[in-house]
Amino acid sequence: MNKKILAVDDSGSLRQMLSFSLKAAGYDVIEAVDGQDGLDKARMQTVDLVLTDQNMPGMDGLELIKALRKMKNYQNVPILMLTTESGDDIKAMGRAAGANGWLVKPFDPARLTEVVRKLIG
Amino acid sequence: MTNTTHMNHGSKDAGDGAGDEYLAFTLGREEYGIDILRVQEIRGYEPVTRIANAPDFIKGVVNLRGTIIPVVDMRIKFRLGQPTYDEFTVVIVLNIAGRVVGMVVDSVSDVMTLSPDQVRPAPEVGTVFDTEFLIGLGALGERMLILVDIDRLMSSSDMGLIEKFAA
Amino acid sequence: MTIDMSQFYQVFFDEADELLAEMEKLLLALDVSAPDNEDLNAIFRAAHSIKGGAATFAFTDITEVTHMLESLLDRIRKGEMALTTEHVDTFLAAKDVLNMQMEGHHHGASVDQDAVGSVCARLKQLSQGIVADAPAVPAAAPAPAAPAASSAPVADADGQFHFRIELPEVPQRDVDALATELGLLGSITQEILADKRVAFTLITGEGKDDIVAICSFVLDPDDLKITCGSAPAPAAAEPGYGIFETEKAEAAPVAAAAAPAQPAAAAAAPATEAKNMGRRATDKEVGQESSSIRVGVEKVDQLINLVGELVITQAMIDQRIAALDPIHHERLLNSASQLSRNTRDLQEAVMSIRMMPMDYVFSRFPRMVRDLAGKLGKQVEFVTRGAATELDKGLIERIVDPLTHLVRNSVDHGIEMPEQRRASGKKEAGRLILSAAHQGGNIVIEVTDDGGGLNRERILDKAKQQGLPVTDSMPDAEVWQLIFAPGFSTAAVVTDVSGRGVGMDVVKRNITAMGGTVDIRSMTGVGTTISISLPLTLAILDGMSVKVGEEVYILPLGYVIESLQPAAVDVKEIAADGQVVKVREEYLPLIPLHQIFAIEPLYTDPAKGIIVILESEGKKAALLVDSLVGQQQVVVKNLESNFRKVAGISGATILGDGGVSLILDVAALLRSSRQLSNDPIFS
Repeated sequence: MNKKILAVDDSGSLRQMLSFSLKAAGYDVIEAVDGQDGLDKARMQTVDLVLTDQNMPGMDGLELIKALRKMKNYQNVPILMLTTESGDDIKAMGRAAGANGWLVKPFDPARLTEVVRKLIG
Repeated sequence: MTNTTHMNHGSKDAGDGAGDEYLAFTLGREEYGIDILRVQEIRGYEPVTRIANAPDFIKGVVNLRGTIIPVVDMRIKFRLGQPTYDEFTVVIVLNIAGRVVGMVVDSVSDVMTLSPDQVRPAPEVGTVFDTEFLIGLGALGERMLILVDIDRLMSSSDMGLIEKFAA
Repeated sequence: MTIDMSQFYQVFFDEADELLAEMEKLLLALDVSAPDNEDLNAIFRAAHSIKGGAATFAFTDITEVTHMLESLLDRIRKGEMALTTEHVDTFLAAKDVLNMQMEGHHHGASVDQDAVGSVCARLKQLSQGIVADAPAVPAAAPAPAAPAASSAPVADADGQFHFRIELPEVPQRDVDALATELGLLGSITQEILADKRVAFTLITGEGKDDIVAICSFVLDPDDLKITCGSAPAPAAAEPGYGIFETEKAEAAPVAAAAAPAQPAAAAAAPATEAKNMGRRATDKEVGQESSSIRVGVEKVDQLINLVGELVITQAMIDQRIAALDPIHHERLLNSASQLSRNTRDLQEAVMSIRMMPMDYVFSRFPRMVRDLAGKLGKQVEFVTRGAATELDKGLIERIVDPLTHLVRNSVDHGIEMPEQRRASGKKEAGRLILSAAHQGGNIVIEVTDDGGGLNRERILDKAKQQGLPVTDSMPDAEVWQLIFAPGFSTAAVVTDVSGRGVGMDVVKRNITAMGGTVDIRSMTGVGTTISISLPLTLAILDGMSVKVGEEVYILPLGYVIESLQPAAVDVKEIAADGQVVKVREEYLPLIPLHQIFAIEPLYTDPAKGIIVILESEGKKAALLVDSLVGQQQVVVKNLESNFRKVAGISGATILGDGGVSLILDVAALLRSSRQLSNDPIFS
């Protein structure tokens, strides 16, 4: 069975790109449009990896990560944070919230799958 | 981009080697075959709505479940005697690159599978079609099928079905 | 694996278009003296989102502009910089530039690089303006207490400093207290170092001595290690991603839970406040997004086609069961009429999918009116009403140009200069109202101004000069219609206050082509209203069916003036191959439909058949047919989906019996009538 990835981003084009690239790499992808949507979808099933944008309206990426880490079945699920900034501060904030890694936008599909493979194979 | 029947033919051979399926139909005294994948359905002939100032073989347009499609009569196009329209008249509905067109022929016989070695080069003369619209000759026992490149034929300027050639 | 990124472009363009439109709307509504934080956040977010997409899809030029826009907006929303009208103007100009760049990528439109350069320069100037006023001037703040900071701090592009503060070993409660205090200066994060000590990263506009001062409440500043550097730009060589070491990743959540180090905890920080408000502002947008789906227009059109088919089948059933005995088949008839109602409801519901609110069009006008009024030195109060009124997507796209023309005319020629208005006892600011409302099966869109009104004498004079048949006693309504005459107003003489009708013939032609009508109401000195009435959808048309020989054709009712049987004496041969017919003292060219379509008609003598008087583009003609069949609403089908364009035919429809009937292209027929001859126009 394919590994499942939850992709959370408020931008439709980014979501489409994430979804397409990851599906092409052999993963199943569940899309969510913001933190709250991501959290709702994460509650319905446990996925193998969460990819989340950092800056989103409503519940942002950091809040989502924190909320996920409070859930029993998400304590060990890798979470990768997508961010437009590559500053140490954002990385530190992500790590503090419980992210396992970060990926700076813009990224290309190859880089995306590269880092996803490192995390879940 | 120009995925002609030729190319499909070749690629399928490489796949399973079982050969291609052709819909066999008659026009005049000859039997013809077209790629079955281009055939959407076969219908009886219904009254058409005439299109003013169109060539005579373009019979007109009909309603195919809510879409308006043109109907061409190959018997008129290739001057094969006086066409009659009755309950036995058959329309082959083709789907060519997303465009749907009805084609009236004398009769439809069956679907035949031809392996590549049963297909020979097209003869230079002896058919109503121009050689450029032929794929080859299919031989199956006693029967001889003239294989038509229906994509090319229907999108040709001769048929006048597509805008750019109509001007 | 190579993935063609261009497949995602369309979604990005759609998304960006919406975001830019939203941005413009918010900018125009902004109260510069007291901007709403939620609005500022929403504007910032739009720029931010576009930047993200543009960067991903490598539209570097868009990324550059949005980046500057975003940085500037970020500082304004954080209250670091006061909003001025110059900002708003520059943002609007940047929005236009982005639209242009988007068009360039999308449709290959040319991009005015000078405009891009000038907007970038203005954005840069505006952001530099604030750097000079930045509260912390690094060189002026030597910090003797912090030996580690030997080099002068460098602000990043946003004028922010990125400080890294390594604490000595202190109790957790002190760490928490410091995090809260420092959080007031800007945004703070913390990490736990390998030796269990804590380090903060603080992004702030404040200087280092402020940090030292705060820390000195809790610990000895000499034990602090403070370093400063601006955020490094993502270098090309950088992998662009990273995976945190396991040990830290595990430790971090605990620390985060224990230490309220996130800015969210520091309620008093202005930046935090802005951020929270941003969340509220965008909540409703998100709600909208997740409750709607994006579907291709062709899918909707297919649905509409299928329902159209269903309606026809329904009509066939109705026809057949009408012949049944109502007593014997009472239950069948009841069910059939129920089905009939359901079908109608379904059709209505499906049609509504293609409907879009008029706001899509209206929203572009505040900007245009603002710019135009500014340029002309006029004051215009712009009001829209009924922006939620819905119209078919196909029509909404086509109404933009005519409406733009009318609104422009109103500002340009309708509304007077402030002095003139004052002199005539009006308010200095003119009022321009754009409204939309449903009336029966139509939508009525009106452009109303309280300007000078049309000038009757001037229009009549002009008409006489052009040789139009006018009299001084003509009613106003007919006089106003003169401005729609082709070429009437192209002359420069009418582009002053009274004339106004530049290109009105084009407006009228466009509206007629959409199956609509235009009316004018005007009163000198009081104002003018131009009223457009359109059918709600293009997919359904009111038609008149006419018969010639065995063929039935549909005439769009919008072109039909009347139909009559002419007296033989009124038909005149004017040339070997042309006939005219006299109708109400007017000679109209006769178009025998059978001749044009080479049909064997019942009658070739106009006095035996029926003539239908048609009007298009200001020209009238009489179409000769055998008989009228009736009037009905028909579902318009495209002929070109599977066939080519046929001269004289604009589409097709399916009749109640399942047969096909062609819809006549009246405008083309009338054009051909002007050059009536044996010449085969239709071949």
